[in-house]
Amino acid sequence: MRSQRPFLVETITAIALILAPFVLPHLGFTPNTINRILVWGLFGLGFDILFGYTGLLSFGQSAFFGTGGMFAAYLLTEAGFGYVMAAVFLGTIVAAIVGYLIGLIALRRTGIYFAMITVAIAEVFFFVEFNPLSAFTGGENGLPGVPRPSIFLGFTTLEFNTDFQVYGFLAFWYFVGLVIALRIVRSPVGAILSAIRDNPQRAAALGHDIHSYKLTAFVVAAAYAGFAGGMLGLMQGFMPPDAFMFETSGQLVMQTAIGGAGTLFGPLVGAAVWLYLSDFFQNTLHLGATWKLVLGIVFVLLVCFLRHGIVGAVIDLYRLVAGRWAETAPGAGVVPPASVPATPPTVAMMPARRRDSDRSSGPILQATGLTKRYGGVVANSDIDFTVNHGELRGIIGPNGAGKSTFFKMLTCEVPPTSGQILFEGKDITGMGVADVCQLGLTKSYQINQLFNRLTVRENLMIAALAETRGKFKLDLFSNPRNSPELTEQVDHAMALVNLASRGDAQVSELAYGEKRRLEIGLALATSPSLLLLDEPLAGMSPAERIETVKLLKSISRGRTMIVIDHDMDALFELAERVTVLQEGRVLVEGTPDEIKGNTKVQEAYLGGVHDVLAAQ
Amino acid sequence: MVNWANFISQCFNGLVLGALLALISSGLTIIYGTLGVLNLAHGAMFMLGGYAGWVAYTYSGSFLVAVAAGSLFVMLVGIVVERLIIRHFYTRPHEDQLLVTFGLSIVFVEAVRFFFGSLSKMVPPPGPLVGITPLGFMMYPTYRLALLGIVAVALLALYFVLYRTRIGMIVRAGIEDSVMVDSLGIDVYKIFMLVFGIGAMAAGFAGIVNAPVVSIAPDVGEAILVQTFVVVVIGGVGSFPGAILGGLIAGQIISITSMFNPGYAYIMLFVAMTLVLVLRPYGLLGAAGRE
Repeated sequence: MRSQRPFLVETITAIALILAPFVLPHLGFTPNTINRILVWGLFGLGFDILFGYTGLLSFGQSAFFGTGGMFAAYLLTEAGFGYVMAAVFLGTIVAAIVGYLIGLIALRRTGIYFAMITVAIAEVFFFVEFNPLSAFTGGENGLPGVPRPSIFLGFTTLEFNTDFQVYGFLAFWYFVGLVIALRIVRSPVGAILSAIRDNPQRAAALGHDIHSYKLTAFVVAAAYAGFAGGMLGLMQGFMPPDAFMFETSGQLVMQTAIGGAGTLFGPLVGAAVWLYLSDFFQNTLHLGATWKLVLGIVFVLLVCFLRHGIVGAVIDLYRLVAGRWAETAPGAGVVPPASVPATPPTVAMMPARRRDSDRSSGPILQATGLTKRYGGVVANSDIDFTVNHGELRGIIGPNGAGKSTFFKMLTCEVPPTSGQILFEGKDITGMGVADVCQLGLTKSYQINQLFNRLTVRENLMIAALAETRGKFKLDLFSNPRNSPELTEQVDHAMALVNLASRGDAQVSELAYGEKRRLEIGLALATSPSLLLLDEPLAGMSPAERIETVKLLKSISRGRTMIVIDHDMDALFELAERVTVLQEGRVLVEGTPDEIKGNTKVQEAYLGGVHDVLAAQ
Repeated sequence: MVNWANFISQCFNGLVLGALLALISSGLTIIYGTLGVLNLAHGAMFMLGGYAGWVAYTYSGSFLVAVAAGSLFVMLVGIVVERLIIRHFYTRPHEDQLLVTFGLSIVFVEAVRFFFGSLSKMVPPPGPLVGITPLGFMMYPTYRLALLGIVAVALLALYFVLYRTRIGMIVRAGIEDSVMVDSLGIDVYKIFMLVFGIGAMAAGFAGIVNAPVVSIAPDVGEAILVQTFVVVVIGGVGSFPGAILGGLIAGQIISITSMFNPGYAYIMLFVAMTLVLVLRPYGLLGAAGRE
């Protein structure tokens, strides 16, 4: 829908912004309230990119809101700087720089640690504003006398003095801010941010430098906050010190949650609801200070019962109605059954990445003396393991043999206690999982690690983007839909794992077998030269197993693969050589026939059944 | 400007504040460790303890009754909140838990403001503890000295519950691996409710015993919450010894900096937190991998 009507959202927003000052006053909004809604909306655009899209809930945005606003206000008042918008932009830049520095600290940890650190940051900035910097910020008085903006056009000067004129000014900048935010969330960076929100570990395992992307989102949010802070000063003609208060951060969080995170419009809608209710409670119902209590209760109820906020609820409702409509319309909306073709898909092979090294012969992976201890538990002990280019190696072993730990060490998800790993002759021991994936070594997981809120196509795009863009790239304004190579690559991967008809389905709607194939597809879409598959057949029905074995055979052409599985029939059919692990050590290694006949292997699996039989 | 008597008395103040922070942070950290929920309303629990105690004191005139009422009331609030709201958030994302507890903190603060107004209230120390005690090298307020003992006893009691009782063993096991505890057939929901109550009570108790030192107002909890977060980040999430160590460090940083310029207290606290994050990201006594 989005690709068919590319500027639909922008157009509707522009119309709404033009109509708002004529419609909203009839609903009881004062002109000043409408302007404040826009400032909060701008503030929220960046916050939503951080919280709604990246999943980082910060309670410290007031620090950047205040910093940007105070810096601009200081330039315009105390420093006598004459260019209003230039001052606001400088404030934005300062807020972004401060955001970068703070982000370096706050993003050292995730989850609740991140939330706690941002709370502390907000409080520190408040105290800095009040004490050490009060000579510049006016302390508890703030900075009065911020000039109203005026734009000199050469022949005339645009003045923004009345509330209505200021509205025009703010609406223009809100629109600019929205267009930029939309570009960002639709860019490859935006796609990766959503992937980080859904599953940061997998995003990293697919070759993305997630820390840098999180920092990007943090800086973007800080810049929006700084810009909105500048706008606050201009709108009020006064830069209030309470911009720095923790309460400001809290209000932003609450407004965004009320409106709905992850929609960009949530903060604007939330601000409208919040400010309208606060006006209504105070001016119409004369509740006095109680208005905050009522709003607090409303907020708690909303979080409990309306999980995706107002905008989220509207979207859900729209989907429900649209879905009903599609069901009743004859022929429309019938999803073609996800049929499994009898023959492997006849699409061009997805090539493994061509590399400088000679791919035709010699070892692609060499592990020597690989050992992993977890406290007193030895998961892997002194494993030597070599795989040659083009080989398809199988690994079997009883439960607890250390197979998955071994794979985790090879992809550098966990560092080995001792030992060394060479990939294509390069020492990768101790490297990050994203770097290793960038070199062309990745794995599919035993337990599906997908991006649940994204579609099949988007999932595969995340993987393909890692290959085409590298670990980190700041293409904030490009559109991945305009890249034919990327589309082709995603289509290929989708066809390879038999999901071509399910491209627009969300992962949460997929059947288990489909998810399993997507899991393999994700690893495949990074175009690895060495692909590790951790129990690709786990949980599959016999029919699905046959199909998946065919799939594995087809993707093994021109690629090196290592497969762990408990299905020995399947593995013996697939693999050229098989390594058997037992109790963290290599038991034997050989061709499938050698392994089948090996008494040590039979003992490992059957607990010495031969001795028992012999004894009888 | 810096004289030694002043310095030592500030160190004592820091010790009292540190012990108090250690107690509050222990409450926060055992709730997080066991339930996986970061309670942003923990500061409000501290404030509620002060107000509940103040109300009890105004009716009874007894400090002991005030302390009992403050702690028990907040424990009750904790149990009710867990039962009615928090329980439905265990399966929801961390962000939703933060949002709902943040909302609750606002409701508590504003409810108190609604009933008791914004002006601060004072609970006087009990009769025998009024006045100043000469310590030989300096004079020190008797109640503060006693407070150190009171909080130390409370911390010991918490230690006893955590390390010497069956419930404590389950709680500590839950901090290590809550899935495993669940699968051992222990009714975790009952334990969760109790832990939330005990954790809240730690904050509530601190709120009322601190009331004779710092007067109570609806927003006292906010500053305490921030300090508690710093303590937990320094000490390590989910670690009871970490909360105590972090509390004592934070208390000293705040008081000693305040001696020179109170405005810098938070900045120094933040610097200390940053140093810990850079050098030991999991906190001084935290275990790696606990998120």
